Amino acid sequence: MKENNQIQSRFVGLSSREAFGKVIVELGEQNENIVALSADLADSVKLNDFIKKFPDRFINFGVAEQNMMGAAAGLTLAGKIPFACTYAVFSSMRACEQVRTDIAYNGLPVKIVSTHSGISFGVAGATHQAIEDIGIYRSMAGMTVISPADGVETAAVIRAAVDLDGPVYVRLSRVKEKTVYNQDFDYAIGKPDLVRSGSDVLLIATGAQVGETLDAAELLAEQSVAAGVLNVSTIKPINPSDFVDLLTDFPVVLTIEQHNVINGLGSAIAEIIAENNLNIRFKRHGLYDIFTTSGPYQELLAYYQLDPKGIHDTVIRFLDGI
Amino acid sequence: MNTSLEELKKISKLIREDIIVTGRDCEVGVHLGGNLTLAEIMAVLFFSVANVDPENPDWEARDRIILSKGHGNLALSSAMARRGFFPLEELQHFDTFNSMLSMHIDKHRMPGVEISSGSLGHGLSIAVGAALGGKMDAAGWNVYCIISDGELNEGSTWEAILSAGHFKLDNLTVILDRNMFTIEGATEDNLSLEPLGDKFRAFKWHLIEVDGHDLEALLNAFEENTPDGKPKMIIANTIKGRGLPSVEGKASSHFYRISKEDAEEALAMLKSS
Repeated sequence: MKENNQIQSRFVGLSSREAFGKVIVELGEQNENIVALSADLADSVKLNDFIKKFPDRFINFGVAEQNMMGAAAGLTLAGKIPFACTYAVFSSMRACEQVRTDIAYNGLPVKIVSTHSGISFGVAGATHQAIEDIGIYRSMAGMTVISPADGVETAAVIRAAVDLDGPVYVRLSRVKEKTVYNQDFDYAIGKPDLVRSGSDVLLIATGAQVGETLDAAELLAEQSVAAGVLNVSTIKPINPSDFVDLLTDFPVVLTIEQHNVINGLGSAIAEIIAENNLNIRFKRHGLYDIFTTSGPYQELLAYYQLDPKGIHDTVIRFLDGI
Repeated sequence: MNTSLEELKKISKLIREDIIVTGRDCEVGVHLGGNLTLAEIMAVLFFSVANVDPENPDWEARDRIILSKGHGNLALSSAMARRGFFPLEELQHFDTFNSMLSMHIDKHRMPGVEISSGSLGHGLSIAVGAALGGKMDAAGWNVYCIISDGELNEGSTWEAILSAGHFKLDNLTVILDRNMFTIEGATEDNLSLEPLGDKFRAFKWHLIEVDGHDLEALLNAFEENTPDGKPKMIIANTIKGRGLPSVEGKASSHFYRISKEDAEEALAMLKSS
């Protein structure tokens, strides 16, 4: 947890989706053009308070994600700022072409907020786990892709997303993430944040994995490995100059994400390393091009070595050259 | 906009002429069949029914016109050019490199158009969203969406149809270009759509069926009030390739390279009609 002497944020201890549910109400009060859409999952994406407050500014499209995303594009033609909300697996795949062609191609200010990303809906299995979404969204021209670490950062991200003149994908979890930030802060889209300094190894994480990785860094410290932890919530746009100096300060770099190692955060960082000729030992850690099994979240995290111990072990193995 | 029936007839002939001339000059061919179906529909929409202002295309109170069948952009381009959204000369550059006007619609290149389109089964959801937004604000403007019968093969179109009936979007009018063909042949052979009227009625739409080449019938259909807040579906029965005798009513007209001779014949027919 980052040290601070300021007033604790009221979003501390909330999951990313709970924070979203709160902040969208505040933003709705400030801007009457904000509307919320869902596809039969309003409760799951935490829109209940918004619906209570602004019943006429919420639309349930039923179990019809393609129609919801197309209609989100259409709502902008009426001057609205739509928040289109469903699970990450459905927004990225069932409605992929509507997002790409109707929203991104037209450059429309639709805010796509997706919960249940990664393996966070553990027991639901691979049909409901989204481990391709970052890759899909970051392939769309003009799409901003943000994966906040906890409730406090989510509130900041959603506020920033409203002011963004274009489409944005916000990737949230289902579970309550470990707390990374405990005070409100001036969030700027695109800026990576070094949440723990170190010198031996840099661990670059996103979303729910930031908190897990901070705890892994504690375990590593017990073995005298000084691990820095970098929160990269904005996966796109990504500015290499924000990374190059930091990356060269570390001999070893790993990325940690609840996503396929192909096309996610790790790939984005690998592109920076390769294109800037950085001589760094590098590894992408995440889900190794598999379909996941189902089970309670904590057990899945451990099974896929994405819990603190698993991350710790992965780092040690990599440092040992195994 | 008040335009006499006589004037609308002239305009629809000009649109058909533009389609044939532009098609003749496009070396790889054009979506001829499904553009020639739209001449009367576009004339009525842009010169009589829809409230649009070429001088101020982003005018908040404008009616939103969404061409879901984006391959109908020849007819749309002609109608919009003749209505004054951009110079008619732009049609001469149709489908050339980075041109304002192309096979499918690119909003970033085409001034005044509401939305890019081309992939089938998208426009009606966009129209539903615009209509929902209009309803939220109790705005007076309407949404007009032109879809093809081929788009009724797409599940997403039926999601949109289901939702428009449910949400009682009586500010939404859909014009179905019922020309009976997709690329591969007759709709009823490939994936049959009939009985279509029954389907739309069952989905809580107000249904009107007209000859899509009859200007007066089209005007009356647009003017007709819909009961009980229902969205309006105008099934416009059209003839694919209408006005080009060599391909009229044939699937082969879908994407077609017009010979100079065929074009001359069609243009002469238009002049004498």
